[in-house]
Formats: sequence, C-alpha cells, structure tokens
Amino acid sequence: MRIGIPRALLYYHYYPLWLTFWQQLGLQVKSSPPTNKEILNQGVSAAVAEACLPVKVFYGHALHLAPQAEFLFVPRLVSAEPGTYICPKLMGLPDMLRHAGKKLPPVISPTLNARCGPRAWELAFIRTAAVLGFGARQAERAWKVAVAEQARYTAKLGEGKTPLDVSEGAEDDDRSSRKALLVLSHPYNLFDDFVSLGLIRRLRARGYRVITAEMLPGRVIAEEAARLPKALFWSLGRLILGAGGYYLRSGGVVGIIHVVSFGCGPDSLVGELLERQARRFGKLPFLLLTLDEHTGDGGMVTRLEAFLDMVEWRGAS
Amino acid sequence: MKVTFPHMGHLHVPLRSFFAALGVETVVPPPIGRETLALGTRYAPEFACLPLKVNVGNFLQAARMGADTVVMAGGVGPCRFGYYAQVEREILRDLGVKLDMVVLEPPQGHWRELWLGLRAITGGADLKAIWRAGKLAWRKLTALDELERELHRVRAREATPGASTEAWRKIVDRLDRAEAVSEVEEVARQGKALLAAIPRREDDDVLRVGLVGEIYTLLEPAVNLEVERVLGEMGVEVERSIYLSDWVKTNLVFHSLHLRDDREEYRLAAPYLGHFVGGHGLESISFTIRYARAGLDGVIQLAPLTCMPEIVAESILPKVSRDVGIPVLTFMLDEHASEVGMRTRLEAFCDLLRERRRRKERFLVGARDAAADLRE
Ligand code: SF4
Ligand code: SF4
Repeated sequence: MRIGIPRALLYYHYYPLWLTFWQQLGLQVKSSPPTNKEILNQGVSAAVAEACLPVKVFYGHALHLAPQAEFLFVPRLVSAEPGTYICPKLMGLPDMLRHAGKKLPPVISPTLNARCGPRAWELAFIRTAAVLGFGARQAERAWKVAVAEQARYTAKLGEGKTPLDVSEGAEDDDRSSRKALLVLSHPYNLFDDFVSLGLIRRLRARGYRVITAEMLPGRVIAEEAARLPKALFWSLGRLILGAGGYYLRSGGVVGIIHVVSFGCGPDSLVGELLERQARRFGKLPFLLLTLDEHTGDGGMVTRLEAFLDMVEWRGAS
Repeated sequence: MKVTFPHMGHLHVPLRSFFAALGVETVVPPPIGRETLALGTRYAPEFACLPLKVNVGNFLQAARMGADTVVMAGGVGPCRFGYYAQVEREILRDLGVKLDMVVLEPPQGHWRELWLGLRAITGGADLKAIWRAGKLAWRKLTALDELERELHRVRAREATPGASTEAWRKIVDRLDRAEAVSEVEEVARQGKALLAAIPRREDDDVLRVGLVGEIYTLLEPAVNLEVERVLGEMGVEVERSIYLSDWVKTNLVFHSLHLRDDREEYRLAAPYLGHFVGGHGLESISFTIRYARAGLDGVIQLAPLTCMPEIVAESILPKVSRDVGIPVLTFMLDEHASEVGMRTRLEAFCDLLRERRRRKERFLVGARDAAADLRE
C-alpha cells in the first residue's frame, strides 16, 4: 500500500511522526517534492480565491501526489495542546480537499484533537490504522517509535537547526560569533524555501544567525505567553508572541522579522499585537513581510535589504 | 459610568433597554456609516476581519460622545472573535483613548465570572433587578426578530417599494422606547398590524432565497449593504439562517448548560463537513441543505473577506449546491464592497433563479401531460 503525505502545512512540524508511523506499519510512504512553481499553480487554481497561500500550496501538493498514491493522509488538526486550537481552516481541511471537485484517492483524516485528552492523538492514529487492517498492538508499537522520532527531531530544533537543516543534514550552525535575527512565522512559510523565497538562506548568506520560535524551550514560550492579557487559543500564535516577547525583553537579537501569509486569519491579530509590542519597546528593528502567490523576488529583496541596512546602521552607531 | 457597545443589527435596542432598566447610562454609537468605516480602517489591522474594524469605529465614535466603558462579549476560539477585545484594547491604548473594556466571557460552566462582570457594570445591582431588566431586553429582542421575519415576507410583495422598510423603522423606534414588557407586547401587536396593512402587489411572483454565512455580516445591514432590503425590493423573500435571539439561546443558554440544540446541524452537514470549524461555517453548509429541501430557489452566502470558517464553507458549498440542486452565490465583503457591484450580481442571480423556476414548471407541466397521455 502506498500512502501519500503532502509536504505542506504542518507536515513541516510533524513529518517525523507521520512518516515513521506509517513506515513502521510497513506502508510505503510517499511525500510530495518541495514546492515548485507547478505545484503552486496547481494549488492556486484548485482552491477558492479567498483561501490563504499555505492552503493553496497544500492543495497543489495533494493534487501532485494524487496519481501516485492509493491513499492521501490529511489529518484533521484541531488541537496540539490542551486548551488551544491551530486554525479553523485546518479543522475543515480534509473536507475542503475532498469536495474540491478533483480526482483524488481516498483521503484518510484522523481527527487530532488534544483537547479530548492526553492520548487523543495516539488513539486517533490507532483507530485509523485499524481501518486499514492493522491490529492495535502493532499500531501502538508504531506509535511509540514515531513519537520517539518526533522527539529527536524537536530536540534538534532546540539546538538551533531549522527543519530544513535537519532534513538536509546540515552541519552545526556557528552559534556564538554571529549576530542573530529572530524570524517569526508558521513553519510552513519559513521552511518552505520556495514559498519564503529562500529567506533563511538569504539571511545566512548575509552573515546572520537565524533564530526561530521552534528553537526556544517550551517553558520559555509558556512563561512569555502567560503575560498576554488573555490566554491565546492559537498554538502557532502563542509560539510567535512568546518568542517575540522573550527577545523583545531580553535582547540577544539585532532585529525581528515577522513573515505572514496573505489572507492568514490568526496572524492578522497576532501580528498586530507583536508589532505594537515591538513599537512600545522601541529598541529592535521590526520587519513585516507578507507572502502571496504574486510575491516576486524583487520586492522582497528590496525590503529585506533596506531592513538589514537599518539593522547594520543601528549596530554601527 | 457611560457604557457603550459595538453595533450588530438591532442589538442596541435590547442592550440599551437592559442598561436603562438598571439605571446605567449608555451611549449608543452613531449608526454605522462612512465615518465609522474610515476610522475602523485607519486604526484597525489591515487584514483583520471586517467586524473588528467596525467595532473600532463604533468605539471611537462613542468615545467622542462621552462613553467611558465598552461592554462586549469574548470567546474561546478557534475564531478571531475570541481575541477581538484584547486587540481592540491595545489599539485604543496606543491611541490614548480612555475607554475601559469589560469583556463578558462565555460561561463555559462557570457562571461566577460572568456574574461578577455584570455586577461590575451594573454598579452592584441585585439579582432580581438584573433578572427583570434581562426579561424586558429579551422580550424586545424576540419581538424584533419575529417582526423582522414578517418584514421579509411583506417586503417581497409590497406594492410601493420602501413601504415596509418605512414601517420597520417606526417599529424599531417604538420598541426602543418601550419601558415595560406589557408595552412591548402592545407595540408588537401594532407592528404586526402595521406590516399587514401594507398594500401588496397583484401578482404573487416571489423568489425565495436563503441567507447563510457569518453572523455579523448577516445581522448588520450597514456592512452587508442592506442586501435584505435590496433583495426584498427585487421581489425576493429572504429567509435568514441566524437571528440574534436564536444565537443567544444556542450559545449562552444551551452551551453553558452543556446541552446542545444544534445536533441536527451537525447531522445534516456531516456528509460534507465532519467537524465544527468555528463561527457559523458548519451552519452555512447545513442551512444550504435545509433550504434546498424546503424548496427555496437559491442561497446566498455572506461573510467578511478572509473569514476563516466561511472560507471552509465556501470551498465545500459548490459540491453541496450540485448535490442538493440549489444555486449558491457568495459575497465576501470588506470596506471596499460596492452597492452597485452587489446589485448587478444579485440581479443576474435572480434572473438565473427565475429561469430555473420556469424550466422546472415547464418540466412539471410536461410531466403531467405525459402522465395524462399515458392514462388515456
Ligand atoms: S493559520 Fe493562517 S496561514 Fe495557516 S492555515 Fe490558518 S489562515 Fe492559513
Ligand atoms: S467568524 Fe469570520 S468574521 Fe467572525 S471572527 Fe471569525 S474570521 Fe472573523
């Protein structure tokens, strides 16, 4: 059996877990290739115009995989931690895809909802495996291996690597000597080299060390998030505001870049809070980059250059 | 203390009544207009959904009129509404506008906080007084909702365009001024008579269209470009999927008691959408199915641009529309939406619906004739 997993959205966060689980059960797992122009175009024409860029990209990956897989794995991601959600669109994603009017293999979509209890994800995976004919014992074993794999991956992010570094086996980034920039975004923007127009590569080429929210310990994020006037119910937003708040307070970076997708609902508010905070602290240069399907390299590079000039000018004075 | 609150349809009528009955002074923001939108777009985040922008406009206008406290509802996600108040507070703070915000969070089983919030605004009024004020406000709300349903029927059939809208304005005004439940009953009776007395057209050629979508755009004529009036005056009877009183019942009463009265919506939507997605995304699907089954001619979906639950629904509605056989038209609205553009699309949609109806009738007549032939 061959199961297809689109390389989009929270794939960038959970691929070790997802891939390992199905591989352990003996399935052949096929991921789509990194985003390219064709995948993007396919997605843009299949999704409704109002959808955000990452959802469009996701459609493109799913359609790309469709002819090559007997099943598509598209979990319904409701919640990753108790008391939070991720995004309303991810709660409807498998249904949106199924009813997009395209030829697709069956879509397997366990509901992953940590609000339903600490074992909710595990049980959802085991139940889904049962539908495909795997016994509970076997699925439990696969789950354990998959969770360990995911933990190893998370630990590597804690060492200052980006998901791209991990998957490409990049050498350790020099951690001490270079000036650091905090780059905040959702993993599927930042670590999709095509969608982010190679932002991380560009910053490193200019001699900066890139810090992302994923590299901070969960404890720090939780402490910072607790300062918010009301518990934020979006886990990705919590990560962004937590990391942003931490570095605004403690320094340690020379600037902050917030990358948002055009049409992103949660980030329209999260970004606003972040920017207002940054302005009040007033110490760190702050850049907001908006990605959409028409973003050309040119515009972004110009804005980035101007921002880095400002960062360097401040550093010199 | 001078209390204000965001506009949403005729919400200000029961709210003002509630506070007045408790002796709390209110400042109702001016009706949403150009100025409101201009302020909202200037100071709210560019990509926020429209209701937040209009809220900010309302608050700034109310502050100019002397309001010092905003009362609004909170939420627990997954949608943006649950964090509106926090963002709005930051915007007001950075502008140096002195407005306290009292956010009434949905009780989720804990009534204490809601109760404390209410006590704080009402200056420590006792339970009995709050209950009495609540009863009057609730009766005003249900009367408004009942009469508005009637308004939709009458408007599609009025002989002089605008006659029923004129009557409706009078009704809202009188209900706003009513001071006791008995008075509300009286005004409701008069209101019904007023609407019933409006001269009708000779023909009864009306289309029936269901409105589904996001609650704020459905309930607030100023942001939906008065789509109900425009449709009504084109001879279309509208049925709306959400009325404020139903929403209060479902969300404040049933959910807080951990009861559900929306199981049927989940059941209907299930073949197309297997999970709630925040806001009213799921209801947009289930009500489209309901309306098709009830024999309505078409469905219109209304939502603010970038509205997450409604983008989920919009992605699925084409399939629902084909399966259950009802045309669906979507309007995603923002501060740039134009009345002219909307009217053109509505006219084309109604032409399509009339044409479909004629074809269906021809088909039915044909089928009847064929059946008669067979019998002979
Ligand atoms: S969080 Fe934003 S970018 Fe991600 S799916 Fe939701 S709306 Fe799109
Ligand atoms: S339902 Fe739509 S309009 Fe309402 S808060 Fe959510 S995204 Fe905004």
